[in-house]
This record gives sequence, C-alpha cells and structure tokens, in this order.
Amino acid sequence: MNAIIVSAVWGVVMMFCSFLVKNKGLYRHIATFGLIILLIANFLNAWGINIFDIDDHNMLHFNNFGTAFNTIAIACTLVYVLLTGKEVEKYGKYSAEYFTLIFFSLCGVAVLSAYNNLLMLFIGIEIMSIPLYILTGSDKKNLKSNEAALKYFLMGSFSTGIMLMGIALMYGGTGTFQLEVTHLQGLGPGKTLSFLEVTGLLFLFVSLAFKVSAAPFHFWTPDVYDGAPTVFTSFMATIVKAAGFVAFIKLLQVKVAETGIAVDKVMGINWQLLIVILIIATLLVGNITAVFQQSVKRMLAYSSIAQAGFMLFSLFSLNDIAQEGLLLYAAAYSLATIGIFAILVKMKDYTFEGFNGLAKKQPLVAAANTVFLLSLAGIPLTGGFFAKYYMLASVMKTGTYVWLVVLAVLFAAVSVYYYFRVIQAMYFKEGDATTEEFSPSFKFGLVALAALIIAIGIIPSIVLNLFYF
Amino acid sequence: MLNSCRRFSKECKINNMIPVLLIVIPLVTGFASFLINNGKGAKALSLLSSVITLVLALVAVYSLGSKDLLSYDAAWIPALGSRFSLSMDGMAKMLCLLTAVSVPLVFTATYKNNYNNPGSFYGLMLLMQAGLMGVFLSSDALLFYFFWELALIPAYFLASTWGGEKRIAVTFKFFIYTFVGSLLMLTGILYLHFKTLHGASFAIQDFYHIKLSHHQQFYGFWLFFIAFAIKMPIFPFHTWQPDAYEQSPTAVTMILSGVMVKMGLYGVIRWLLPIFPQAVLKFDHLVIVLSVIGMLYASLIAIRQDDVKRLIAYSSIAHIGLMCAAIFSNQQAGLTGVMIQMFNHGVNVIGLWIVADAIEQQLGTRKFSELGGLAQKAPGLAILLVVMMLANIALPLTNAFAGEFLMFNGLFRYNVWMAAVAGISIILAAVYSLNMVQKIFYGKTVAATEHAVDAAFNIKFSLALLVIVILVLGVYPQPVIKLTEDSVQAVLAKIISIKVQ
Repeated sequence: MNAIIVSAVWGVVMMFCSFLVKNKGLYRHIATFGLIILLIANFLNAWGINIFDIDDHNMLHFNNFGTAFNTIAIACTLVYVLLTGKEVEKYGKYSAEYFTLIFFSLCGVAVLSAYNNLLMLFIGIEIMSIPLYILTGSDKKNLKSNEAALKYFLMGSFSTGIMLMGIALMYGGTGTFQLEVTHLQGLGPGKTLSFLEVTGLLFLFVSLAFKVSAAPFHFWTPDVYDGAPTVFTSFMATIVKAAGFVAFIKLLQVKVAETGIAVDKVMGINWQLLIVILIIATLLVGNITAVFQQSVKRMLAYSSIAQAGFMLFSLFSLNDIAQEGLLLYAAAYSLATIGIFAILVKMKDYTFEGFNGLAKKQPLVAAANTVFLLSLAGIPLTGGFFAKYYMLASVMKTGTYVWLVVLAVLFAAVSVYYYFRVIQAMYFKEGDATTEEFSPSFKFGLVALAALIIAIGIIPSIVLNLFYF
Repeated sequence: MLNSCRRFSKECKINNMIPVLLIVIPLVTGFASFLINNGKGAKALSLLSSVITLVLALVAVYSLGSKDLLSYDAAWIPALGSRFSLSMDGMAKMLCLLTAVSVPLVFTATYKNNYNNPGSFYGLMLLMQAGLMGVFLSSDALLFYFFWELALIPAYFLASTWGGEKRIAVTFKFFIYTFVGSLLMLTGILYLHFKTLHGASFAIQDFYHIKLSHHQQFYGFWLFFIAFAIKMPIFPFHTWQPDAYEQSPTAVTMILSGVMVKMGLYGVIRWLLPIFPQAVLKFDHLVIVLSVIGMLYASLIAIRQDDVKRLIAYSSIAHIGLMCAAIFSNQQAGLTGVMIQMFNHGVNVIGLWIVADAIEQQLGTRKFSELGGLAQKAPGLAILLVVMMLANIALPLTNAFAGEFLMFNGLFRYNVWMAAVAGISIILAAVYSLNMVQKIFYGKTVAATEHAVDAAFNIKFSLALLVIVILVLGVYPQPVIKLTEDSVQAVLAKIISIKVQ
C-alpha cells in the first residue's frame, strides 16, 4: 500500500513543482528524491510496516513476490532517472510533467504487483498505460512521435476493451471480481472453471499478451518504441513491460495452476500449448526481425519482443523457479536495456554505423555498453545469463517440452548476432562515432551499472534475496 | 591419502589451494594488465604471472605425486545448488600443465611483437588462460559451463581486435559456432541437473550416478557431444576452424589450437563417456567414421594449401580427428594414447605456429609460392622446424610417435578397417609436412628470402625448449602415461561395466 500512495502523492508533488519551481534543472533531483522515498516506503512494506492503513476489502494482496518486484521496478526507475533524467528535460517546456507521468505509471505498476481483484487489474493496467500514451507523444513537433502515440493509444484502447469484456465474462461466471474465488466459494481440487470463466480468461489472456507484446499481438511494439522519444522508450520497454508479466503470471497462477486442475487442461483448452505457441511465435518474430534492422533503436524494439519471448517461459512453467526467474529477468533485462538506451540517447546517429569506432573515442562508455549487450545476449558472468538460465531451468523442471529449451537456446544464439553487431561496430570497425558530451558523472553511472550487472551475474542471490525477506 | 592429510593437515590445505591459485593468478593479473598502458609493463607482468602459474602447475604435478587428488570446495550459489568446487586428478594436472607451459612459451616467442593496446591484449590472454584452467579443474557442471564461456569470450575479442583482414566475420563465425554448442551443452546440464537426486546438484559425481533410460541417454549425448565436437573440431563441425586460425593473431592461434581444442577432448573424456556410456557405445561407430572422414579430408586439403597457417590448421584437424576416434574406440591403449597425444599435440602445434609467426614477422608473407631457400639464411630455424615437422608426422623418437602408435593400436582393436583407412592420413601427413619444409626452406632463395636473417634469440630459445620436450617424451613417454593412468582406468571402468551388461 505504501508504494501505491507514495507514488501517487509524489506524482502530484511533481505536478505542483512545474509551476512552483522555476529552475528546470531541479526537477530531476526532486524526482530522484521522490524515488528514494518510494523505495524506502516499499522496503517498509516488505518489513511489514504500513504507513497507510487503508481497508482495501481484500482487493489488493501484498505478498513477497509483488513487493520484491516493486522494489526492482522502483530501483530500475531510479537508475533510469539518474542516468537519463537530464534528457527528459529536452522535450517541451514543462518537463516536470513527464516526471509526474512516470510516477503515476509507477503507481499503476504498484497496483498491478498487488492486485487480487480483476477490477484492480483493470485499474492498474490503465493507470500504468495512460501516462505512457502521453509520454509517447511528448515530442509534439515530431510527426513520428505523434503517429506512435495515436497508434499506441488506439491499440491500447482496443486491448483494454477486450480485457473489460473478459472481466465481465468472468464476473458472469463466478459472480465476483475477486481473483481467488476458490477460497470464497469452496471450490476445491477437481472442480472446473465454468464456460463463461474460461472464455473470459481467454480474453484476458489476449489483452495481457498485447501488453507484454507477445506475438502475434506485437505489431504496435516496433513502431511505438521507435517513434517515441528514446528516453521514454527506455522506460516503456523495461519496467512497464516487466510489470505486465507480473500481472500475467499472477492471473495464470491463480486461474490455471492453483485451481487444482491439471495445468494443461482447463475446459478443453490446453493452456500450456497455447503459451508454447505464443513463445515460439514471439521468439521467432522478435529474433528474426531484429536481425534485419538497420537502426539500433528499432533493433532494440524487436529485441524487446524477443526478450519477452524468454519471459513467457515463466508463464509456461508457473513454478517457484519461474517466479524467481521472472524477478531476476525483470532486473537484469531492465538494467541492461536502460543502460543501452542511456547511451543511445546521446548518439547522433542511431544506425549501427553510428557506433563505428566508439571504443576509440569513449573506451569507458563502449566497455559499459558491451557489458549491457552481453547481458542481453545472456553471456555468462552477466545478469542476463542467470535470467535466461532461470527461465530455461523452470521449463526443465516441469519435465515436459524439453525441446522447447533447445529451440530457445538456438534463438538465443540468433540474438547474439544482432547484439554483437553493435559490439563489432564499437570495437572493430573504423569510424567516427559522433556523440553528445558524456559527463564524468554519467560515465561513472554507466560503469557502476555495468558493475552491478556483472555482480548479479556472479552472485544472483543479491536480487533473489529480495524475494525472501 | 586421508591419513597423510590428517597428519599434515596444514600442508594439505595449502596444496589444495593450488587449483584455486591456478585460476586466480591469471584472472587477477589479467584484470590488472588492463590498467597498464605501457607495453613493456604489460609484457613483463603477464610473463611473470604465467611463469608463476607454471611453477605452481609443476609443483602440483611433481612434488605431490600423481596419486593425490587436489580438491577445493566452497559455496557459490546455494539457491541453485551449484558449488565452487575444483578437483585436480591426473588428467586435469596434465592439461593444466599444458596450459601453464603454453602461455609463457607463447609470450616468450612473441615477445618482440608489438600490439596496439598491449595492456588489453595481454589482459585478455591471461583471462583466457584462467578460463582454460577453470574448464580443466571444475567438478561442478555450472562452474564448468562458466569457465567454458570465460575461455571463449576473450578469444573472440583477441581475434577480432588484433586479427587479420577478414577477422570480424571469421571470428564471429567462430563465436556463434561455439556459442551454439555451449548453449546446447547448457541445456544438457540443466536436463541432468533435474535428474540428480532431489534435482538439486551440479556436482560431477552426482551426474555420474544418474540413471538414465536409453532414450534420455541418446538425447543428452547429442546435446553435449555437439558442443565438444564444435570445439575440437571434428568433421562436419570444423568449418570455423581454418579461417579462425588463419585470421587470429598467431599468439592467439597458438593457444586456440594448442590448448583450447583440448577442451573438447577433455569434455568428451570427463563428461560424455562416464555420463552417457550406453549412448557412447551406440554412437561410437558413427563418431569414429566422422573422425576418420575428417582426418582424410583435412589431410587432403592440407596438401593443397599455399599458406603456412592454413596448412597447420588443417593438419591440426587431422590430428584431433585421430584423437577423437581413439577416444571412442574405448580401448585402454587408445585412451592412453589420447592422453599422451593431448599434451604432445599441444607442444608440437605451438612449435609450428612459432615458426610460422617468425617467418611472417620477418618476411611479411606466409605463402609458399613467395618463399624458398630460407635454410641458407636461417639454418637454426630450419633445424628446429624440421624436428617439429618430424614430430608432426609422428616419427619414432619424437613425442608424437608413442601417442599415435597407441591410438592406432586402440583403433585397430576396435575395427581393423577403420584403422587401416585412418592410417592413410599418416602418409598424407608426411606429404604435406615435408612439402612445407621443402618449399619454405630448400630450393633457391627468392626475392622475399634474399635478405632474411636467422630467427631472434627468444624464438630459438622457445623452440629449443620445445624440441627438448619433444625428444625427451619421444624416448620416455612414461611420465605422462603414469600421470594420467588413473583417469584412464576410471573412465574405462564405467564403459566396460556397461559393455558386460
């Protein structure tokens, strides 16, 4: 509860700052301060101290997993603001509002990580997404940004509609919006979901697949990520996407895995097979298309689809390793992607050629970028390795669909191709990479982030322990 | 051994730290070297580090007797059930020694070469050494995988940064090939991990005790085997190798072909044979046929080469093919031969690369068509090379003879025809080896060799050391056999027990 309230309140504070504080440079420091408070508030939550004692009628349920994810989301946002906060100021006159929107979006993330009621799921998704529609279009004079915002908004509304339809159907089937109906109505093992409920679940499934940009519901992703100002793409592609997965896994865990019915058959629908198809399509589309991109930004958009394919494994296996793995994946993927985007923002040329010869001009930046890319590719000694490792291990533990793991590692090898193109450009190709000035503190931030990613890669427990305390 | 440990508990503790030090010393000095900008400092530091490592490896091998198993175990990632556990038996000692010998030798022989960014170059070389040591020492599957990759990544950066013209595409091919292999191996490791007791261990001993059905063995076998086959490489997974060897800077090629290919062979002996014995007995014929095809094919191509480096690369494929075939013959003679030859091949091939590098550095070309008559100008180099080449053909009195003889012996016991066909490669080896000696060193001097001088002292010195090793082990190969005989017995015991069933 702490995180939900604090993030909403600080959003309002930021809004007031936009006309109370004249110095534009202060906004990001206020935002940083707010995020630190938010982080502390969330830690207090984890230790069982609730500042705000509000009766939520059991619509929210705070468990270790949700709180741990919240910590990761807030920490990643903190890293994001520290590294790229300055860039936010470049779009429009009222940059404080962008920070406001980020805080509101985080509020949605906090709701999603704790929802226990389908209405809360809906509200969480909306609170999280609506600020993003605005952020996407924040570069008002840029046609691409406008187009992306409209596209995102239309597609987003569509999926929201489908989600509402699904929620309505599930309400029709159970008579309640509560997620865990089994406890309320005494449905035990062996009972099946009703027809309405299953149909509703399918609708929810589709709309959440849209939110996490799983193929074949991914078509908005490349255009929106490419069109949005690069700073905001960074936020959308990482924290928000991971939050979508957290909402998704919770829904499936309750509705599919914990209803006491065998995981693979609920009302004649083989959920596992459904997810397997989703995984294969997502990995295929994300990886193969990313190979052919000329712009690093667009490549990262497709790679985010490919990474989503890996995160989908947690929905497939729905076991303890999957949960831990999702947390680790969220952390490793978000940190690395935020790092790459922070560097990308400073580049003059977003194509692969734009990176040519960066290592000679900026050895430290290039080295940090290499660590981020290696992490995304899942090379050992980086956080990304353990993230992928947990995902594969979770599937292996179920003991079925072992060939899926083999397929996944082959796609991981494909992903090496496009991530390494950037490394090759930076190190082995001659060129004159033009960048904006890198300040010493920015460089320090990048190196610290790279060190953190390597630390996760050697001792993943530093992230996973969040889960258990 | 337990008794002696109790009596000298303090001493034992120190000895058991040797495997850790073998990894940590190159790792730490490697990172330190990145910070040194000046070339001389980096060279001196890396040479010092590699010599210390060599001394430690020698201590591990000799003063402790071959029967002792040095092991170290510490918690690493408790949540996964993976431990930082190292153990050093005879085979590991032998391969660690090979690694420890090669690196200072490479540094000495290329001491006069100047690289851009020397700090990074030597740093990456040392990191690669740490990775190789780790591969040979780790007795935890996940740790093994970690080091397997740690050896690969520096190699990629070394070859792509300091390599020849086509380096980027070629080393990338090399990287992708091996990465696919190692990911498949990771899948295999995960699969086995969940088959161990309680599904919570990566320890090699637990892997040895897994009971797998026939089908499970077959799948697991291929997951691991492809990784090892790519690394060795054996036909048809070899296509990355000649290009990568040719384009890499020679110092890197020496490590790649001298030591890194042994990772594949080591993997087969340590992991594949004991874990999947039934699958090994089922697929042995197929693997041997592939290996023999590779031997002949590579030898034939080697004859047609015009480039020293490519010739040595193909010749290396042929030799590795024989080793792989001998392993899968599952005969004691064959495996003993492989053990000897793993060490000897490393020594010989590094010697050949040193000569190739000396020629290229001095004359600026590696093509036979542009060379000739070098023996008149550089008699010292010529003599040393001829010894190397004779060892490459495995003539008696050279170190390779004992190994190849035993390997053919093993193959012969497995299948006479297979051995006979494989034997053709010996003749072919003589053809291309002598052809190379003749074209470079004999005949009339040509424009390129007109003003050549004899090789520098550091090159001759390192080659002379190698020649001594070649001759000593050629006359008396017993030390290597003794060092590794326990490992051979342990591996064969498992296979034989399955055969009897």
